[in-house]
Amino acid sequence: MSGKHIAKEQPKSFIFSEINLKKKDEILKKYPEQRKKSAVMPLLYLAQKQNDGWIPLAGIQYIADLLEVPYIKVFEVATFYTMYNLAPVGKYFVQVCTTTPCMIRGSGKIVDMCKKYISEKEGHLSEDKKSSWIEVECLGACVNAPMIQINDDYYEDLDEQSAKKIFQSFNDDSLPSIGSQKGRKGSEPIRDRLTLIKN
Amino acid sequence: MPKVKVDGIEIEVENGTTVLQACEIAGKEIPRFCYHEKLSIAGNCRMCLVEMEKSPKPVASCAMPVAEGQVIYTNTQMVKKAREGVMEFLLINHPLDCPICDQGGECDLQDQSMKFGGGNSRYELNKRSVKEKYMGPLIKTQMNRCIHCTRCIRFSEELAGVPDLGAINRGENMEITTFLEKTINSELSANVIDLCPVGALTSRPYAFEARPWELTKTETIDVMDAVGSNIRVDTKGWEVKRILPRTNEEINEEWISDKTRYACDGLLNNRIDSPFVRKNGKLIECSWDDAFVEISNQINKTVRVGGIIGSTVDLESIYAFKLLINSLAGSNSIDFRQKDFYFNPSHPGNYLFNSSIEGIDHSDLILLIGANPRIEATMVNARIRKNYAQKKLDIFSIGLPEDQTYKINFLGDNLSILRDILNEKNSFFEKLAKARKPMFIIGESVLNSLQGQFVIETSKLILKKYNQLNALNILHQSASSVGAIMIGAYNLIENVVQNEILYLLGADEINIDKKNKFIIYQGSHASKNAKIADVILPGAAFTEKDGLYVNLEGRVQSAYRASYPPGNAKEDWKILRALSETLNKTLKFNTIEELRIKLFESFPSLSKIDELPIIDYSNLDISEKKLDLDSVVHYQYLDYYQSNEIARSSATMMECKIAREKLKKTGTDD
Repeated sequence: MSGKHIAKEQPKSFIFSEINLKKKDEILKKYPEQRKKSAVMPLLYLAQKQNDGWIPLAGIQYIADLLEVPYIKVFEVATFYTMYNLAPVGKYFVQVCTTTPCMIRGSGKIVDMCKKYISEKEGHLSEDKKSSWIEVECLGACVNAPMIQINDDYYEDLDEQSAKKIFQSFNDDSLPSIGSQKGRKGSEPIRDRLTLIKN
Repeated sequence: MPKVKVDGIEIEVENGTTVLQACEIAGKEIPRFCYHEKLSIAGNCRMCLVEMEKSPKPVASCAMPVAEGQVIYTNTQMVKKAREGVMEFLLINHPLDCPICDQGGECDLQDQSMKFGGGNSRYELNKRSVKEKYMGPLIKTQMNRCIHCTRCIRFSEELAGVPDLGAINRGENMEITTFLEKTINSELSANVIDLCPVGALTSRPYAFEARPWELTKTETIDVMDAVGSNIRVDTKGWEVKRILPRTNEEINEEWISDKTRYACDGLLNNRIDSPFVRKNGKLIECSWDDAFVEISNQINKTVRVGGIIGSTVDLESIYAFKLLINSLAGSNSIDFRQKDFYFNPSHPGNYLFNSSIEGIDHSDLILLIGANPRIEATMVNARIRKNYAQKKLDIFSIGLPEDQTYKINFLGDNLSILRDILNEKNSFFEKLAKARKPMFIIGESVLNSLQGQFVIETSKLILKKYNQLNALNILHQSASSVGAIMIGAYNLIENVVQNEILYLLGADEINIDKKNKFIIYQGSHASKNAKIADVILPGAAFTEKDGLYVNLEGRVQSAYRASYPPGNAKEDWKILRALSETLNKTLKFNTIEELRIKLFESFPSLSKIDELPIIDYSNLDISEKKLDLDSVVHYQYLDYYQSNEIARSSATMMECKIAREKLKKTGTDD
């Protein structure tokens, strides 16, 4: 994995929409006037939401100007966190957890499925421009590992079959229901086990 | 004051000292990459690990403050193992390309891996590769070699005041870059090359020119501006290969400006290496004797000789020049001002940077009057910036200069504000009354015949009121100005240029109306004035002669010869001495030592090399005439990268100028 993928084609300018300008003011109110640069993270996220899930360089410059900090300082933040995307993402943006518990439970296979059904390269759009995927660190659903996040929803208890089914469902926008793909509720035991010692 | 024990040596150190500093006081060497005395502490290279009693793990000594009774070990097995481990990790992604790396021979990583490294690596996978980053015409990058010490980032943020550098991505993918790879917009940018402990940031103009052990090193003084930065000139044969800073805490600390560092390729180009005489309108190469004969023929016709001194001339040459012109013309028809410039020579307090450069560190209020220190005296500005960053001192300005890398409170651009401050009509006087050590810094832009006297005298009146007469600071721009004033090499420039014979001693900036004048040019570079001259005498550049220079504080510093003049060129004092003999006005010295002795006899205060002059401000006169003026500050345009003939002959400076102009126009390099 190399550094964050930054889109080659960039919009010339970026400004907040009227609603987001109001939200921006709300965000800035949370910080003392002379510490307003602390608002960099929520503002970047706001910009990402407005711009279909990714932040253009013009947006970074716009936010830096708003907060009166050098461009590079906002750029540092935007490249550091995986939550910020600097290149267009698909309508279905898949984040695959590959941290240890998921890895042990076979997240490698899920990554292979992503490469096969979405795009060969991480962070790049699929051929139909409908989806994209990245690897991320722990998303906090280890009990149902391996798991992925698609936009704001978790899909858990995956295997090659269910992952394939999900990725193929992007074509006709018929995603399966969220949560465990093995049919269990939350993280309740599989096969009605009541204790750990009984099988 | 806590007492600590380092390897059994008990020492007492001041509160707030770090363990690393304590170890150094105890005489123990601690290897380090990210720690630097002048920068904030980052603690990210982990090379400075030491063992501390009662601590289960080794501690990073650069970031650990001392505490009473600490027991530190720097030579145990644990420390050795820790250093070897850190070194092995640092070298995982560092390429083994020392034979083709310009840092080779002066590389911290190379030296420390020899001394502290484990000797072998267990890493067998591929090393990571990082693209080169563009950082402007001075800095060459090879980011594979970067060990992420972040010294360059901290320097640009804390000292240069231009936070252009940053670290993007994270973990293994971290990279140092500027935003979208634009040029670093600073006159101090090349200092990051010295700071870089590895070969990631190296000098672009010096790339593959020489190895450090091949170079002859001469410690001398810079003449690109009036600050007198201490430098080391590295030469290989005749060529000056590079210029590096030399630590002088009182002047430039351990930094120098980009012009000081990189104008040196101008010493190789555009040089005059033989005398020339104009015959039938054409300059013809000739012998020294022919040139001298031509001059004496002219001087036999008229004794109306005027001399003009250039901006990089040393003290001895100015003195010899003054003696020669005085004996020829019978009067002091000599001047150093190449532009409209007012000064008051009656007392040193009137024309020196009285607070001293080091004094900026203790100042709590600065008023810039028509001064643009970032361009006019970069190292002075670096000090102001340092104080601003540490103590947030208040900086006010009359006239609005360009960005100085710190926040300036703009008082207005009319000089009548000074009168208002004096009459307590401008609220600035309240600040001044409270200040313990204020400073007025007056730039050459307002020191013209119209405004100069008013500005200086009114400033003195204001400062006298608050008993701060030593707070008047004149920001000179050329290395020869203060020396010329001190030895009285001045007259009215309007009168000097009226003379029929004009003798230009390296005076490259002044515009001469040639008409029927006979012009003698003595200097090192074929400047515009050399091209209109009737006789050209090839002189030596500042790296090719021994000489004294007086900086803007009035500090006399000694420069040494690092190279020799090209072709038939000679040191300036030798030319003047030889010419005086031809003219039957023989100057009474035969060596530079004799010249210096004569100079010191006439001006004893100049014999105190490297010392700040001691000035009695009680007898500083203030003239109360002409205390009314209503005119605004007009900044003189000073082209930073092209301010003298050496810089104008330098290809590197031209590149910098173009890069800077592009940056100004578009905000990026495209």
